[in-house]
Amino acid sequence: MTEHLLDIRVERKTFAATTVLNNIHLQLNPREAVSLLGPSGCGKSTLLRIVAGLEKDFQGELRNNAGEVAFVFQEPRLMPWLTVEQNIGFSADNQYDKAWVAQLIEEVGLGGFAQALPKALSGGMAQRVAIARGLYSRPQVLLLDEPFSAVDAFTRMKLQDLLLQLAERHAIALLLVTHDVDEALYLSDRVLVMDNRPSSIRQELAVDLAHPRDRRDPLLARLKALSLTELQRAHVI
Amino acid sequence: MTSKSKTLPAPLTLPAPRRLNNAWKLRLKGLALPVLIILVLEFVVRIGWLPSYQMPAPSDVALTLSDLAEGALWKHISASLLRVLLGFAIGASLALVFAAWVGLSREAEAYLEPTFAGLRSIPSLAWVPLLLLWLGIDETSKIVLIAIGAFFPVYLNGVAAIRDIDRKLVEVGQMYGFSRARLVRRILLPAALPGLFTGLRSGMSLAWMFLVAAELIAATKGLGYLLSDGRETSRPDIVLAAIIVLAVLGKLSDGILAGLEKRFLAWRDTFNGQSAED
Repeated sequence: MTEHLLDIRVERKTFAATTVLNNIHLQLNPREAVSLLGPSGCGKSTLLRIVAGLEKDFQGELRNNAGEVAFVFQEPRLMPWLTVEQNIGFSADNQYDKAWVAQLIEEVGLGGFAQALPKALSGGMAQRVAIARGLYSRPQVLLLDEPFSAVDAFTRMKLQDLLLQLAERHAIALLLVTHDVDEALYLSDRVLVMDNRPSSIRQELAVDLAHPRDRRDPLLARLKALSLTELQRAHVI
Repeated sequence: MTSKSKTLPAPLTLPAPRRLNNAWKLRLKGLALPVLIILVLEFVVRIGWLPSYQMPAPSDVALTLSDLAEGALWKHISASLLRVLLGFAIGASLALVFAAWVGLSREAEAYLEPTFAGLRSIPSLAWVPLLLLWLGIDETSKIVLIAIGAFFPVYLNGVAAIRDIDRKLVEVGQMYGFSRARLVRRILLPAALPGLFTGLRSGMSLAWMFLVAAELIAATKGLGYLLSDGRETSRPDIVLAAIIVLAVLGKLSDGILAGLEKRFLAWRDTFNGQSAED
């Protein structure tokens, strides 16, 4: 068995008296894409924040063999006073690697916008910058918290394809939180369906389909029906 | 490249010539009302509807001003300017230090905020007698009074600016493991800058107000002295001339701050009013 990039075991995570996460065990392998699928407020974002190290107060264990882990938030969260270029190199202050930033700008399809300020960008473009900022540190794992939930359906599809391309090109494993069944199935190798509160992993669906995928693939439709059934049983929908 | 970048809208290019034109038009619109008032006043005084010992004609005020400019005016201006700048510099920098301290630390807030809230509720001019008793009637008491006046708006806006910073942006810094100092320099300071400028500008305008208060009470030079001198010698033209100089200086100092604000805060995505043509 190859070594896991991330090995997360959360026995219990509580906010005040409410147990949010209960007995969750999840591993992420190199170059793998895994989705956590569940309704809003089921604790999947909390799980992601635990993995990112933003949430340190929990019972359990987080083993990280990946080295660099980057996070893409639900909103772009760009610094409005910095240009696109400076935002992408944000973690390196002003000594950022200009060539690498320029390459990332091209890769996310924002050529010509290096000097633009965030206020001049649309929601989808801003999220591209956020993805590029995540990639700047050359991470092995990219954590994404409902990254495309704030953009329209067509932009979302484009961004999903972009994300897959980038993950492929830079050999990055993805751990994605989403409440969009189609998105989870389209992007990931494994979909973990979460229970309602206190949430645990209810079922694991393997999406055994090569990339690039066809959104109309019958297997995706079958898996969608399956996950919807699971979500219904969990009284999520 | 396998990049599937889609065609994106070209960067916005601003129609520069038209904008320039509009700026001039806006300026002309702003001048219309003052020019009208001056003309009406000149007319009303000249035909004798208003006695000129109470309301001198604008042209007389202009004459007085040019007379003053050949003599004592510069002495008064430099005395006042020095006081305002010194008082503002002291008050505003102390305010920035305390605002940063209180804004960044709950502990400091618990200790300091009630005291500042108490001090703030004292109308600042109530300090005047005390300052005169303690510090005498020379420069120190005036500068301290101006510093007190400038302190509170800068302090209040500073604290509010820091507390208004989007937690989500701060989290990005925490995500990268930024140290406290780096967090302040890279996120907190730039994010608080709009509020800080608001504070500095209102602090500056209060500094001018307190300057006049200080100089009206006890001074041998300065624009406030010119005001009270004009009153004592029944020369409304001198009073008006002093008022005009004060207005110009206030506008200039605010203009410098506004210019800096515009320069440093060009990134803000804010509503800037709608023009009549839209």
